[in-house]
Amino acid sequence: MTTNGLHSIDCDVHPTVPDIKALFPYLDEVWRESIETRGILSLESASYPPNAPITARPEWRGANGQAATSAADIGRHVFDRFKSSLAILNCLYGVQLVTNEDMAVAFTRALNAWIAKEWLDRDARLRASIVVPMQNVEAAVAEIEHWADDRRFVQILVLAMQEVPLGRRQFWPIYAAAERHKLPLGIHAGSSYRHPVTALGWPSYYVEDYAAQAQGFQSQVASLISEGVFAKFPALKVVLMESGVTWLPGFLWRFSKYWRGLRTEVPWVDRPPEEIVREHFRLTLQPFDAPAQPDVVERAVAHLRSEDMLLYSSDFPHWQFDGDDPVPAGIPAGLRRKILVENPIATYDRLKSERPEEAAP
Amino acid sequence: MARHVVAPVGEIPAGGCKLVSIGNRAIVVFNVNGEFFALNNRCPHKGGSLAHGRLTGLLESHEPGEYRYSRQGEIIRCPWHSWEFDIRTGRSWCDPQRLRARQYPVSVEPGAKLVEGPYQAETFPVTVENDYVVIEA
Amino acid sequence: MNMELKQPLRSPKTKLAIVDCDIHPRAMLEDLRPYLSNRLWDYLQTYGLRPRHGHVKGYPFPKPTPLASRRDSWPPTGGPPASDLDFTRQQHLDFYGIETGILNPLQPSGQGDQNPEVSAALAFAINEWQVADWVRREPRFKASVVVPFEDASASVAEIRRRAGNRDFAHVLLLSRTSEALGRRRYWPIYEAAVEAGLPVGIHVFGYSGWAMTGTGWPSFYLEEGVENATTTQQLIASMIMEGVFERYRDLKVVLIETGFAWLPALGWRLDKHWQRMRDEVPHVKRPPSEYLREHFWVSTQPMEETDKPDELIDVMEWIGFDRLVFASDYPHWDFDDPFLSLPPSLSDARRRAIYADNARALYRLA
Repeated sequence: MTTNGLHSIDCDVHPTVPDIKALFPYLDEVWRESIETRGILSLESASYPPNAPITARPEWRGANGQAATSAADIGRHVFDRFKSSLAILNCLYGVQLVTNEDMAVAFTRALNAWIAKEWLDRDARLRASIVVPMQNVEAAVAEIEHWADDRRFVQILVLAMQEVPLGRRQFWPIYAAAERHKLPLGIHAGSSYRHPVTALGWPSYYVEDYAAQAQGFQSQVASLISEGVFAKFPALKVVLMESGVTWLPGFLWRFSKYWRGLRTEVPWVDRPPEEIVREHFRLTLQPFDAPAQPDVVERAVAHLRSEDMLLYSSDFPHWQFDGDDPVPAGIPAGLRRKILVENPIATYDRLKSERPEEAAP
Repeated sequence: MARHVVAPVGEIPAGGCKLVSIGNRAIVVFNVNGEFFALNNRCPHKGGSLAHGRLTGLLESHEPGEYRYSRQGEIIRCPWHSWEFDIRTGRSWCDPQRLRARQYPVSVEPGAKLVEGPYQAETFPVTVENDYVVIEA
Repeated sequence: MNMELKQPLRSPKTKLAIVDCDIHPRAMLEDLRPYLSNRLWDYLQTYGLRPRHGHVKGYPFPKPTPLASRRDSWPPTGGPPASDLDFTRQQHLDFYGIETGILNPLQPSGQGDQNPEVSAALAFAINEWQVADWVRREPRFKASVVVPFEDASASVAEIRRRAGNRDFAHVLLLSRTSEALGRRRYWPIYEAAVEAGLPVGIHVFGYSGWAMTGTGWPSFYLEEGVENATTTQQLIASMIMEGVFERYRDLKVVLIETGFAWLPALGWRLDKHWQRMRDEVPHVKRPPSEYLREHFWVSTQPMEETDKPDELIDVMEWIGFDRLVFASDYPHWDFDDPFLSLPPSLSDARRRAIYADNARALYRLA
């Protein structure tokens, strides 16, 4: 990876739960019993079919087909090969799919505990997002409070598509807690499948499902801004993870245009959505939806009109690029440095006290 | 800039407006509770006719779910894309720094004064008994 | 208003041929009476139209103006906007010097009604009405073949009924259909359109019966306005990934009232993920952006707005200046004025292409 001697902070890495039984040490007996008695096999999400190409690069899969099943895996690839100094773990095991609130809360707690023990405890370079049980707002706040003092947790994590748009007031206690603890709201690609991933029903193909994630992000940005989340929580930051990035400028032009005429519908939105997004939103780099043409990449990045918005990510082990450099050609050199280190540090308050560590030799 | 007599005050009732033509400019004159304001009729956004717009008040909010409505009749919304313009200042509500409807100074002058002066009467003769709306444009 | 203001005439310097690809004439239900059976008429009087939402009058997400229309578009002689041919001529066709206007009637078209018989009957009726009351009386108009798209065979029948009739410019679908438009149930419509030599126009709106986003229902019309572009991205992905354009090599699709700035990023995203997951969709033999480039046109309205017009030019270049067709959306509130909406820095040649040449070629206008 041509980092020019710079270290980087990888803002989107995915630990894989190897088996549902990995969560057993962190579940009460009633839930272990439930899993075994009822034959609950797995909470793997259809957002990432385990053997689909995008779910993992072939060379990163182990003998059983899984990738990123241990902290050592992250060490080998993200730290040794890609030369990052720190990595933020976003676990996508589908606890959001669970419809029973109590079960959802228990599984989510177990998942976060497993992340802390099996990952954060094993490698001091790892950080993580607190997976939040959106099925129950009080429990979600409690989950944040439970982990907030562990500063290795740097963000809260929700999915791009769930039952109700994220801007809605019912979720505001969660954002209050996140803002209070200076934890960005991390929205990651994926769905809890309470709705089909499109407004047009269930697509035939997985490739459509995955492509539709970009539209899910558009809906969430529209919701968060229109509902006035940033009027209410002026210090809240949002990180859009694995969104595709290049959809954002065209979306903002349309959104701002409509806001100018429709302002009285949402009078608490006191400035153009474009400005709110530039102040409050950040986006992880991979996947970067653009052709492999540096001039197009450069123009697309310029349309973002902000050097502060992009956060370096490999999206390991998802197969979004080939080779060792997640940063597409065409990103200007000065911006590259910001993407790799400065923007992540500026975004994640809990990284501010860190000094990027030297990569292990 | 010249001064133009555009109407006797009685012709524009409170809450109403009148569209006038001065040279090749269309100008809309509003009566807001007895005060007169004149704006270029062409919305600076995409050219809609402000005289055909809707007069409303100003809706503000300090917090989602809070609605504070004031200044009824002092905001004109373009009939096309609904942009809001403050009749008093011409400023657009969504982009007050950069976008505004061009304003023209308006005064009310007694006929006795106007009868003698070099003012350009628009559509009717000026008589001494009435007051007239005068625009500088 | 105390004084009539004459509309300024167009300056000869700005004379530009304009084909307007999106005008919405409005029928009253009574206008369709001559084309409906007694039974259907009685049914409508009793049960009414039933789109997939709960409002008897109006719709979820109220628009910013009555009937979503420009406030100055209500005819002085009465009736709602775009219900009066003479006023539409005067305020729109004559004022802007529009050479051809394509009619896309939205109400009351019955498209997407829960009752398929109502949809089929109204589609026939509104097509008859467009010709009798608009196209035959004003040669500058072309009609749409409105079809009851949830019933493919009824749609095919309606297309065949109109095939060969030069009064009709395209087949009209809506963007929010009960399944994405790439799905096989809609393919007979594409087959019939190609057979008839007609492009397929897909206009935003409709009520699919699903939540308006993949993450549930928004609260505000502002969100719906934004969502129209988002949903269009989904239907394009569907059409491409289902292989519609491998099957129908001559199919042309016009996206209407979707805006367009989102289009390049969509093509890039679809290319990237098709590249990775081609084994799932072996019938998609070429990069999605190629199908996008060859089969889709997009109308310019509502034109996205940025204070750096170069950005919009970048996007237009990425889409292709030959793919953009001008539309006003008269009489709706988010109308694009033909004189003022395109970026001023566009060359004359590109302006001509967008305002008229592309549409003339697409619709094979004289």
